[in-house]
Amino acid sequence: MVKLKIDNIDVEVEDGTSILDAARQAQINIPTLCKHPDVDPSAGCGLCIVKVGGRIMRACSTPAAEGMEVVTSDAELKEIRKTVLQLILSNHPNDCLNCSRSGQCELQEITAEMGIDRNDIIKLVSQEPKDDTTKAIVFDPAKCIVCGRCVNICQNVQNVWALSYLRRGFVTKITGANNTKVGNSPCIRCGQCAAHCPTGAITDYDNTSKVAALLSDKENITVVQIAPAVRVALGEEFGFDFGTNLTGKIYAALRRLGFTKVFDTNFGADLTIIEEASEFVKRFTTNDNLPMFTSCCPAWVDYLEKNYADNIPNLSSCKSPHQMVGAVVKTYWAEKAGVDPSKVKVVSVMPCTAKKWEIERDETMSSSGYKDVDEVITTRELAKMIKAAGINFKQLKEEEADNPLGEYSGAATIFGVTGGVMTAALRTAYFYITGEELGTLNFKEIEGLSAVKVAEVDIKGTKVRIAVVNGVGNVAPVMDAINKAKAEGSELPYHFIEVMACPGGCIAGGGQPRVMGATFDKPWGINNDIRKLRSKGLNTEDIEAKNRLSHKNESIKQLYNEFLGEAGGEKSHHLLHTKYCKRKLYK
Amino acid sequence: MVDEPGLGCKVGEKWRKKRGSLIMALHEIQSVKGYVDWKDATDLAQTMGIPLARIYEVLTFYNFFKLVAPGKAVISVCTGTACYLKGNDKVLEKFKSELKIKEGESTSDGLFHLQCVRCVGCCGLAPVCVVNGKTYGRMTPEQVPAILDEWREVFKEA
Repeated sequence: MVKLKIDNIDVEVEDGTSILDAARQAQINIPTLCKHPDVDPSAGCGLCIVKVGGRIMRACSTPAAEGMEVVTSDAELKEIRKTVLQLILSNHPNDCLNCSRSGQCELQEITAEMGIDRNDIIKLVSQEPKDDTTKAIVFDPAKCIVCGRCVNICQNVQNVWALSYLRRGFVTKITGANNTKVGNSPCIRCGQCAAHCPTGAITDYDNTSKVAALLSDKENITVVQIAPAVRVALGEEFGFDFGTNLTGKIYAALRRLGFTKVFDTNFGADLTIIEEASEFVKRFTTNDNLPMFTSCCPAWVDYLEKNYADNIPNLSSCKSPHQMVGAVVKTYWAEKAGVDPSKVKVVSVMPCTAKKWEIERDETMSSSGYKDVDEVITTRELAKMIKAAGINFKQLKEEEADNPLGEYSGAATIFGVTGGVMTAALRTAYFYITGEELGTLNFKEIEGLSAVKVAEVDIKGTKVRIAVVNGVGNVAPVMDAINKAKAEGSELPYHFIEVMACPGGCIAGGGQPRVMGATFDKPWGINNDIRKLRSKGLNTEDIEAKNRLSHKNESIKQLYNEFLGEAGGEKSHHLLHTKYCKRKLYK
Repeated sequence: MVDEPGLGCKVGEKWRKKRGSLIMALHEIQSVKGYVDWKDATDLAQTMGIPLARIYEVLTFYNFFKLVAPGKAVISVCTGTACYLKGNDKVLEKFKSELKIKEGESTSDGLFHLQCVRCVGCCGLAPVCVVNGKTYGRMTPEQVPAILDEWREVFKEA
């Protein structure tokens, strides 16, 4: 521990704490645009300057030291900060009124807080066009302040290396290697760059107008589904506490938006578990292509196809839950409801930007004979649609989902949390192997936000070794261990591995609401405290659920009895499974 | 004749095991073929296990590295303090207008490449230009056409 004085307030912090964080502990907020709780300091923006013994230093990258006397704000510091901010603003268009980040922009809020009411510096704004080649995330160089957060996340946290700096100094630009368009780069569309961008430079590839067009065509039978993680995050856009589960209100809002049928991706999660647990049990008992990786995260699938193509046989062939729902809606449900599947339009509300790409990743995404899922919007985009429709979300009465694709178990809802898919799959795999139910339905070792979580599960004497990778940036050591064991012919370190590209899982996906408010008690953007609160929202729903097992979902049983036949059977294989191919890092 | 497709791999293999040696590897490629192209960079990324994005961050950070083949005669105009104050900015403008290219570019016939450098170490001769190692001191814009003709002759003979 070190003791120091910040603005004459005594503070005691752990060794290695930055002045920026130490000040926050003393309830002093130092402005910053580049530092974020998820990344190491880059000392890029220059706003967090403080005086240490009279010398001007950057608070983000200077560790607190014993006996330090720090001044965080005086006339000179304020003046310098203002100039720094004015220089940043001189390269930024004054587009706030028609920017999708308006009202939710860190740059806008800091500018207001610092009282910038005029700017005499000549404007020099990038004229480079937007890059929307990923069809998931849009990059606008004009609005980029080159704070470097996105590069830091993409390279150092996600280990994707799609984004990088090009050139230096005034002409620095953030883009793919050698100015490659991001859609042709190793980008996996996880959207973590968008989730961490402080301005409107990285935003959703907006599909709200396409969804509005689907809704306004009265010939269409519009079907909507929401992912597990959406229900515990959307509320943040409407003043609810972090992690509040608002499933019933969201169903109600979706009906008001005009959707004919409101289903739930959680139904698809249960369906995924039936297929995936069956697949695992089969592969495990016949020692076929082990270890098996989960495949519900499209960003992870893309990452493996690009970086570890030799491990493609290890991926589960199961589609992700919302794709399964799409395929089932346009076949089983359309037939049951007696409607023309060509008129059925499926919209998925996802916490994820990669899902926008997933719906067209190959022909198996059109297994019903039509595009299984027509459009994907993120949680953020749904919030926008609800606001634009003038729906008083906060006061909505809770409603139920439509059946039969609305029923779900507790196992399904935890898909949105790191470790959740593994937990759900083990519950059902245990039943499939032993014919009995597990005593305790949770596996403590794979809960929480550690990078790689491992456990050994005893299934009546058979040891199953599992790993849960929290964030694709943590997958390399696991892959190395597996491929080393394979090469040496030694025993595999794991049999079953869950990977989620976004740290924390889908609850902190790239399409989730941006946390608002630049003050210290409500930090900007996602962080681990918020990840825990959102996770708790889903875990609580699981614990309180009447049924916590996918294989006990009655609607799922009915689906197999009436339509699919058996798990992994011919029909399932056609509608619910996919295939993979090696993809180039650069196109 | 340099086996171009293999250069990135060969150099990468040599430097692979030494930490922090990316710049040395890039230097070596440029010294052999005069520039570092996409193929070299991707081969280097593969053999050294360095993300391509990082390689281009380095390549585009330093003015020194060239991404495309430069002209045969590389004109370096010194824009260090002494040369700049003595009027090398006007010499640079003259080169640009004569060759119809900007700094960092090559002429379409592949003959000339124009670049700025920061001090060549003979400020007493300011303003200074260097073409393929030959130094021209006390430059004036009026000398530019003659220098260009001189090098056109050199490569005509070659």
